[in-house]
Amino acid sequence: MDKLNKNDYKKYVDKKVPKPTYLRNMIMAFLVGGTFCTIGQIITNILKSNGLDKDMAAAGTSISMVFIGALLTGLGLYDKIGKVGGAGAAIPITGFANSIVAPAMEYKREGFIFGVAAKMFTVAGPVLVYGIGSSVIIGLITLLLR
Amino acid sequence: MEYIKAFIVGGLICIIGQIILDNTKFTPAHLLLTFLLSGVVLGALGLYQPLVDFAGAGASIPISGFGNSLAKGAIKGANEKALIGAFTGGIEATGAGVAAIILFGYTMAVIFNPKTKD
Repeated sequence: MDKLNKNDYKKYVDKKVPKPTYLRNMIMAFLVGGTFCTIGQIITNILKSNGLDKDMAAAGTSISMVFIGALLTGLGLYDKIGKVGGAGAAIPITGFANSIVAPAMEYKREGFIFGVAAKMFTVAGPVLVYGIGSSVIIGLITLLLR
Repeated sequence: MEYIKAFIVGGLICIIGQIILDNTKFTPAHLLLTFLLSGVVLGALGLYQPLVDFAGAGASIPISGFGNSLAKGAIKGANEKALIGAFTGGIEATGAGVAAIILFGYTMAVIFNPKTKD
């Protein structure tokens, strides 16, 4: 062991690191992600058939999907879905909700201000900073190009 | 047909994410940011909206759809209300989701306790 040089060591480590099961992961991501999107489509259609216009239905769908993601996380089920679905559970907006509830729940013992309310934004904070920040930049670029 | 399109397009977007996840050191948090910003850029260039028109929730439920709404809202705001609109447009378009995330995120975190890992 102690005579291994850097390259041999790297090869040794590569051999020991478990290979992700690529194909299986991709199929599960497809199925889980597809399912969340289909649920979203069902909610959109229900809202539309109740007379909401396109924008209102889209907003209502976001609200409902966030609720579903947050509830499943609270119940401890989203963790399990995430283990199976990988990116299929992370990328839909339900995964965004999960990224908020999970750390908030975890740090509750640190109180409702610096525990729950602060830790909610561990992942959501960067998402909102870069998302809203870049949207303002795009708005300003739009003005310059007019 | 609508549902099949949503399922397939949404699933394909998640496959792209899974490929990134398996081949890089990305965490799911990196993945969310990458897809969000891709959505913003594609949305600003007008390339994401056709996908939403085609696949509905299949393109709008992934976080890239959130990015697209931000970009679209900012452009619409800038065109309608000039400088003020450039600032408010993105948040206006995504306000429902953000408000829901804060309310439901907080409530659920307060109501439930983390499950012990099995």
